[in-house]
Amino acid sequence: MPIIHVTTVEGEALELQADSGRSVMEVVKANDLPMLAACGGALACATCHVIVDPDWYDRLQLPSEDEEDLLDTAHGLTSTSRLGCQILMREELDGIRVRLTPMD
Amino acid sequence: MTEDEDFTTDVAVIGAGPVGLFAVFECGMLKMRCHLIDALPAIGGQCTALYPEKPIYDIPAAPELSAAELVDRLHRQIAPFAPQFHLDQQVVALQRAGDIWELVTSRGIRIRARAVIVAAGAGAFGPNRPPLADIEDYEGRCVHYLVAERARFRGQRLVIAGGGDSAVDWAIALADEAAEVHLVHRRERFRAAPESVDRLHQLVAEGRIQLVIPYQLAGLEGDGTRLSGVLVKTLDGDQRRIPADHLLAFFGLATRLGPINDWGLGARNGVVPVEPATCATSAPGVFAVGDIAGYPHKLKLILTGFAEAAHAAHAAFAFVYPDRALHFEYSTSTGVPGRESA
Repeated sequence: MPIIHVTTVEGEALELQADSGRSVMEVVKANDLPMLAACGGALACATCHVIVDPDWYDRLQLPSEDEEDLLDTAHGLTSTSRLGCQILMREELDGIRVRLTPMD
Repeated sequence: MTEDEDFTTDVAVIGAGPVGLFAVFECGMLKMRCHLIDALPAIGGQCTALYPEKPIYDIPAAPELSAAELVDRLHRQIAPFAPQFHLDQQVVALQRAGDIWELVTSRGIRIRARAVIVAAGAGAFGPNRPPLADIEDYEGRCVHYLVAERARFRGQRLVIAGGGDSAVDWAIALADEAAEVHLVHRRERFRAAPESVDRLHQLVAEGRIQLVIPYQLAGLEGDGTRLSGVLVKTLDGDQRRIPADHLLAFFGLATRLGPINDWGLGARNGVVPVEPATCATSAPGVFAVGDIAGYPHKLKLILTGFAEAAHAAHAAFAFVYPDRALHFEYSTSTGVPGRESA
């Protein structure tokens, strides 16, 4: 079962167990961490915005144009920002590190 | 208080998205009247605001329908119950006076009801506000999320931020009238109609619009009332200052729970905990349905919200008609008031 290393906005470091096939957003929400994910993973908002550790960013599948369009509306973007609902966990992503972004 | 600002009804429904709308039907079948409040100027919640044209496949008995169609059908379904809508405003206070709940909206409207159904989804929609220090001080005067009156930008130095149709179209439209237009976007590609993008680049070539790419908004400069500049930053941290009189920010819509967090309903991480079978919150006579309602194994589906609306209406009955027994009848027996039966 792959692990996601999550750092909250306050700097707390957590290890979350993720089933392969679940998105980072789903795992974060299932662990009751602060993330709005308003549209529930429908690619209709940018509130599951996470910052991926630079060492892991290039291992992810490229964002779709729809995801890029939504990232346009996220604030505090970095060069390794992604929508958490679009990162599907698999064994190769075991140990991925992401930082959450402010909810409001 | 005037007649236009003070209302009494059976059930106040907070949120006019698909679940709030269907709650009107369930309440109406039990002879309870409803007023609905929504922050958007139109009904339909996320369906209208975020994805009106997207097809939905998982509404029971509807193999495929667009989100806009769903809203339209729900609107027609509840028409016989003549609900009253208070749109373009947000409920800012919810307080109890004896057996009555009193809601106050951002427009000063007061609604009294014996039961409240919170169908607020992910929260009230409003402009997606960039998290810049002191931005709220400038809103309405120098920071704008829509253009109500073009004339106010005549001869002014404008910074327009965003990468979509609104940002591109307004940059084009105001290029003539404004003294300067700087268009700030985080990447080269704009998500706008190809003809608009062509026109944009033409105006850029003519020197009438300056593109500020790849930058994001970083801060505001001003005296608290009038803007003097907008700070922008690349992803690598290179900062630039653009002298400006106005900032127009077009980042779409965002949701905020806001006041709901303050009503003592135990809201946490965007969820109000409820008793699954009744959708009752911790406050007597206040129910939560749809995406905002939380309980173990909750599924955030529209169809779940529809069922929750039925549960909430049935549980609300005891608050609206405390001296009456709820005589359960199917719609096939009762019909729908105001509709001809086949």
